[in-house]
Amino acid sequence: MRIALFITCYNDTLFPETGIAVVRVLERLGHTIVFPDAQTCCGQMHYNTGYQAEALPLVRRFVEIFRDHEVVCVPSSSCVAMMREHYAKIAAAAGDAKLQADVEALLPRVYEFTELLVHRLGVEDVGATYPHRVTYHASCHSLRSLHVGDIPLRLLSKVRDISLIPLPSLEQCCGFGGTFAIKNADVSGAMLEEKIKCIQHTNAEVCTACDNSCLMHLQGAMHRQRLEVGTAHIAQILASEHISSPQSSSKRKGKIG
Amino acid sequence: MTPVKECAAPDFPTAALPLLHDIQLRSNVRHATDVIQGKRFRVVSEMPDWQSLRETGQRTREHTLQYLDSYLEQFEERCTAAGGHVHWARDAAEANRIVVQMAQNAMGRAIKIKSMTTEEIGLNRALEAAGIQPIETDLAELIIQLGHDKPSHIVVPALHKNRQQIRELFAYAMGQPHLGDRPEDLTEAARLYLRQQFMHTPVAISGANFLIAETGGVCIVESEGNGRMCLTLPRTLITIAGIDKVIPNFRDLEVLLQLLPRSATGERMNPYNSLWTGVHPGDGPQEFHVVLLDNRRTEILRDPEARETLHCIRCGACQNACPVYRQTGGHAYSSVYAGPIGAILTPQLALMKEGQSLPYASSLCGACYEVCPVKINIPEVLIHLRGRVVNARPKYLRALDLEAIAMRGMQWVFLSKMRLQLAQRLGRVAQIPWIRRSGWIERLPGMLGGWTRTRDLRPLPPQSFREWFQKRSPLPTEVPHE
Ligand code: SF4
Repeated sequence: MRIALFITCYNDTLFPETGIAVVRVLERLGHTIVFPDAQTCCGQMHYNTGYQAEALPLVRRFVEIFRDHEVVCVPSSSCVAMMREHYAKIAAAAGDAKLQADVEALLPRVYEFTELLVHRLGVEDVGATYPHRVTYHASCHSLRSLHVGDIPLRLLSKVRDISLIPLPSLEQCCGFGGTFAIKNADVSGAMLEEKIKCIQHTNAEVCTACDNSCLMHLQGAMHRQRLEVGTAHIAQILASEHISSPQSSSKRKGKIG
Repeated sequence: MTPVKECAAPDFPTAALPLLHDIQLRSNVRHATDVIQGKRFRVVSEMPDWQSLRETGQRTREHTLQYLDSYLEQFEERCTAAGGHVHWARDAAEANRIVVQMAQNAMGRAIKIKSMTTEEIGLNRALEAAGIQPIETDLAELIIQLGHDKPSHIVVPALHKNRQQIRELFAYAMGQPHLGDRPEDLTEAARLYLRQQFMHTPVAISGANFLIAETGGVCIVESEGNGRMCLTLPRTLITIAGIDKVIPNFRDLEVLLQLLPRSATGERMNPYNSLWTGVHPGDGPQEFHVVLLDNRRTEILRDPEARETLHCIRCGACQNACPVYRQTGGHAYSSVYAGPIGAILTPQLALMKEGQSLPYASSLCGACYEVCPVKINIPEVLIHLRGRVVNARPKYLRALDLEAIAMRGMQWVFLSKMRLQLAQRLGRVAQIPWIRRSGWIERLPGMLGGWTRTRDLRPLPPQSFREWFQKRSPLPTEVPHE
């Protein structure tokens, strides 16, 4: 299958390793990845911060670029949530019937990465090996907007040699929340602190999630506190085939191979 | 008097700061919300039809607001026919004036049932100014009143206090230095104190959970029985209710009285469910008034994207579920309405002139929407109100506002892949002076400094995904992985 990858602006800029891992997993499963080169951002940050007028051209742009693709893969549940929860409304508010029709036709073909694997491609075992203690953090958007349920855990449980440790208070927000992390930095930090205590409680080497946004926030604080816990997007675990040392936030230098 | 007076206070991040340092308060809030949530979870899980109850609740509220004018008039007509008096109050000042006037024959005292609406309009202050002493009879409200405190939760106003703190307060205020701190000791002290007031106060003031248009009746649910006392013993009863509290039919209680107690206190049913209609000679209050309060509610109705705010049945479940409220407690919201519902209701009640920081006091995690018994999509309303906050800024301010400039700049960048690539390259150079020996960014200037207050930032990698994808050939055999 030809799968169009929408990498998202922040993964493109900050987490190329996640995109590389997505490509790797999907190609290993025999699919072809296309990367529509004009893509940039889904408009989530603008929309959620109150700059709804500014988000509209970004929505148009996304729809324009991905309209004709059979399947779109997005390794970020918050961006998919942005599309599913707001695109139709944004198009309607703009009074643009064509955009509305395009949104309606496109959205059913847009999948978050783990959804794509399990719901569209019907695979749970992607042939990965990852001999580490891992705990899974359910991002709020994957949990409450996309309702991915146990899909990510099903995928992880099929990984060879992995040791999965349940995270206490799984359903509680980590405190990222986009611009919330900056506008309400102290409250966000307090929420983060509680989440990190839960992660430490699991004694995991790596915390994973479907969203690098949460992970960047967790990783940033764990690095500040010099904790020996790494973070990795779920795609990176599912791409892993070889025995490697896990990413440890204090050791990582942000190198991309 | 300005309505929701407290919200002329500091913005949310500022008000939250001292609370975040109050270890005792935070542990009280965490404990209390965990307990209530646990109870709620148990009694909600046992209901196979919970989701359809929520949908019915939502539809009932939606329908009522659509025909609010006729239901209010129907309520007025039926209530009057049953012997009650209905008063219409445009705002807080008008409502307070009406109540004070009717409480004139109160011999200087009025007993009160917990009511957030009376908190909203600052009724106690107005009564005191008129020489009438309001006596709170709900245990939590009594704690707030005796401690000269402010409510921090709409259902459990003293949620931020623990048992020992309450003991201290009672021991001091009631002159009982040897009071124990078991729940029995505390409730007994309150009971003895309040009995006196129930027996000797001729006027009671209440809020309402529901006004029933069909019958002209009023419904209040409570746990302590203090409400029942206030509703039956005094000669005069004055009920103050927002116009949003009306429901069409008696029958609607079937659903709402399942949704409310389970969501609010995690009980299948409240211990006391009081319903009364007008006056009955020789039985209960002989004079009954209802004050219907607008106080900007019709303004909220005008905004189709935000009007569902008025669906709220004040169960407080969203507060208990909110991870932000969990950290700060209710006082950070500087309003009687704290938590997610407060974040959407307070600024609207202030016509968006105050409380503009509240719609941003949320990580949009959606936990509130998930528990709301009438399915108010709070995150959606929050985002809509953020838009109103941004658009309400005068043009010249927007031109100078750093955030607005940044947002427009980012939009300009995102509207072209060339510009995005250029920005990424510039970022890699610009970050160099900020990278510490650890290889990470530990401090950032300006707005971004919020990030580095508690977190480091991994620098931009030397290659973006796009660049990797463009260059790769043949297909990579190894995932870069450290
Ligand atoms: S918004 Fe919903 S959950 Fe919150 S208090 Fe109102 S009814 Fe309850």
